[in-house]
Amino acid sequence: MDAITLNNITKTYNKGTVLAVDDVSFSVKKGEIFGLIGPDGAGKSSIFRMLTTLLLPDKGSATVGGFDIVKDYKTIRGILGYMPGRFSLYQDLTVEENLNFFATVFNTTIEENYELVKDIYVQIEPFKDRRAGKLSGGMKQKLALCCALIHKPEVLFLDEPTTGVDVVSRKEFWEMLKRLKQQGITILVSTSYMDEATLCDRIGLIINGRVLSIASPDDTIKAYPEKLYAVKSPNMFKLLNNLRSFEQTINCYTFGEYLHLSLKCSEEEVKKYLQEKEHDDFEFKTTSPTVEDCFIRLLKEQNERNGNKNE
Amino acid sequence: MNETVIKTNKLTKRFGDFVAVDEISFEVHKGEIFGFLGANGAGKTTAMRMLCGLSIPTSGEATVAGYDVFTQPEKIKENIGYMSQKFSLYEDLTVLENIQFYGGIYGLSDKEIKEKSDELTHKLGLHKEAKKLVRSLPLGWKQKLSFLVSIVHTPKIVFLDEPTGGVDPYMRREFWDLIYEGADKGITIFVTTHYLDEAEYCNRVTIMVDGKIEALDSPAGLRKKFGVATIDEVFYKLAREAKRSAD
Amino acid sequence: MKQLLSFIKKEFYQVFRDQKTLVMLFGMPIAQIILFGFALTNEIKNANIVVVDNAKDIASQQIINKIEGSKFFNVQKTLMNPAQIDAAFKTGKIKLAVVFPANFNTDLLHLNKTSLQVIADASDPNTATTLTSYITSIVNDYQSQLSQNSSLPYSIHPEVRMLYNPDLRGAPNFVPGVMAMVLLLVCVMMTSVSIVREKELGTMEILLVSPIKPVLIIIAKAIPYLLLSLVNLGAILLLSVYALDLPVKGSILLLVLESTLLIMTSLSLGLLISTITSSQQSAMFASMLGMMLPTMLLSGYLFPIENMPIVLQVISNIVPARWYYIIVKDIMLKGLGFSYIWKETTILIGMTLFFLLIALRNFKIRLE
Repeated sequence: MDAITLNNITKTYNKGTVLAVDDVSFSVKKGEIFGLIGPDGAGKSSIFRMLTTLLLPDKGSATVGGFDIVKDYKTIRGILGYMPGRFSLYQDLTVEENLNFFATVFNTTIEENYELVKDIYVQIEPFKDRRAGKLSGGMKQKLALCCALIHKPEVLFLDEPTTGVDVVSRKEFWEMLKRLKQQGITILVSTSYMDEATLCDRIGLIINGRVLSIASPDDTIKAYPEKLYAVKSPNMFKLLNNLRSFEQTINCYTFGEYLHLSLKCSEEEVKKYLQEKEHDDFEFKTTSPTVEDCFIRLLKEQNERNGNKNE
Repeated sequence: MNETVIKTNKLTKRFGDFVAVDEISFEVHKGEIFGFLGANGAGKTTAMRMLCGLSIPTSGEATVAGYDVFTQPEKIKENIGYMSQKFSLYEDLTVLENIQFYGGIYGLSDKEIKEKSDELTHKLGLHKEAKKLVRSLPLGWKQKLSFLVSIVHTPKIVFLDEPTGGVDPYMRREFWDLIYEGADKGITIFVTTHYLDEAEYCNRVTIMVDGKIEALDSPAGLRKKFGVATIDEVFYKLAREAKRSAD
Repeated sequence: MKQLLSFIKKEFYQVFRDQKTLVMLFGMPIAQIILFGFALTNEIKNANIVVVDNAKDIASQQIINKIEGSKFFNVQKTLMNPAQIDAAFKTGKIKLAVVFPANFNTDLLHLNKTSLQVIADASDPNTATTLTSYITSIVNDYQSQLSQNSSLPYSIHPEVRMLYNPDLRGAPNFVPGVMAMVLLLVCVMMTSVSIVREKELGTMEILLVSPIKPVLIIIAKAIPYLLLSLVNLGAILLLSVYALDLPVKGSILLLVLESTLLIMTSLSLGLLISTITSSQQSAMFASMLGMMLPTMLLSGYLFPIENMPIVLQVISNIVPARWYYIIVKDIMLKGLGFSYIWKETTILIGMTLFFLLIALRNFKIRLE
């Protein structure tokens, strides 16, 4: 059974003038980690708020745990855990007071579900008498996750849980999510960090309110149509400018220490061109695309299409 | 080319018993893109504030654009640009009004402001949106505009505090294209970021842990030194050993 | 029940950890009472007054003797024309002037009624009221003496003119006024801000997706402020009784019950404001604009309603403080019972239900 389904969900704001979510359909299997990957303002939070019954869709229908998000909102509210995009705990209450409060709000106690949050809670326990507002980003995020888990939800909604959190805390956070998945909890997570995409079972790439691709990270990468090269030279800025002005270039952008390049012509032709442009010491190799490459390709297409529309 | 624009020697900042920045020493050269990495609470922001003349160091020495951070913070402010993720532009002013405002603050003449406005809006392809409120622009555009506004007075150095947070990968690259262009014109770029792939775009990178500089080299040099394939792994190795958690 | 208790506990934690709120909650009413209290207990002795006796007859002489005999006044007898009196007031030399008309005694004997003018410098309203009331009582005293010895009802009418501040009100009225204002302000502002703060912080999102019932959220928000307001009410009453010697003439129980009613009105109004605003700033602004100004200006506490333009008089009917002000004055100052204030009470109950109904209808189970 699918834990979450969306059928042609559309959401607009300001009396229909702002289209936030545009005819989105997908489903999340039980026990899956599904990632919604997209930039700020792509519509991720709107989807989260509709699924958590906080907003009503304009069109379409959706279910969470088999219940309708409009009709059965009360039931859904009992079975979901939600971590909103911004830090949503009481800054002036201590770690322990926050956790206690949310436990009682959800009709449970810390003791009852301690097993589930234990792994995470032991990390913040040394600070349990500290006010939540005085915690570091990583700690706040762990506390928020504890609060969202305290009533043992069936489905967990995490809206950009790792934004503004450093790399170490992000890694730890994803390890926690894997452990939660093993306990059978379905997780819908959104992020703007592309490297986190590969940690999901399946991902949906979302741009301007539309979900453009839904597949496992591997299949997303396999669907990349062109051959991708990585190029490097001592003068990267010149290399970038030269390759961008090369007629046969489809796409060229920085990627870590390399430039990623896709071409309409053969490898030899571009090498010849670079020699003409006096790049003598360049490195040129084929590379396999990443989720980020797929995403950049989609974003570029989207931007070009919008650009044409504006003309 | 090798002119030094930032030079610090055992620069330290204490808040009571807490040593936020612990004897950091480094040099940044003209036209360099200098990456400043560190986990939350490692002391990046404090270090950056001292260099911008916003916070007086407890001890040590530092000069920015040739001026002393202790005695000439006002001079420093005239010669630098600053952009942060949070404070960027006035959302309730238009694109043009924002450029005019910042141009005015940095004492540009009306003629210069007009030229700059045309130049910036054309560079960003925003000439159609020039009279729109900044609020209505997508985040990526705002950040790009914000960067260009921060160098509207062609400062010697520009400090960028996590400029690309939350921006999509495509826009982030367009943003970095602008940074490259600025550096090519001789503006020194001092940038902090959470995205470690962006560290690769810098000429040199420092990694701060617990207030100290634990690594300082070119990205390739760091990878070689730590024997790993990406800066990501270098950072992870260093940051995991951090003792203190951020407050 | 446990949910509710835990929620209320959380509210209290938050109130007590926020120093600014605490100061506003308890500091403001106490400061107000003390400030007004000083103005009230400032006893007047040897005030410089001028008596202009245009009559120079028995009656005027007898009254002047009485005035001179009082320890409150330092009397100066001269003949002044109105312009000179005016000048004396402007320089601040005199606080009050009593003017007898030329045929004071003749009118009294032949027409059985006469009048005299009492002019006071009302830029200091408390002094002015006190002084005029002294003069008036002296005149009334004389009038009743006169009537006792005669079968005819004599009447002397003191025409009181308040210079500079004609809308002056009696000082004892401030305690009911402060009570109304403090209770309204604390309840309306605190409730609306505390709910809107949860919206701003995003915690409302989590509360909404939890199984907790919206009505529980509302009750949990209301109870702490109800309790705190009662504490406040107690403090104000204690202060006014013991520090200002202003006893509660009527039933204290009735006063507390009526005050609880006003607190509920305010809580529902605060709730209503919280459902239509989305930032703490606008909630604060709405409470100020919606409560503080009308309470100060239109409740009759600073300016008498009878003297207002008819439009404002009509508007003042929808200000809850207006009705509460009447109730408290009746209980505290006049010692009247419930039978005299049932009308005002009914109006307040009606208002409460009205606000509550709209607030509950507006309270969203979702975000928009």
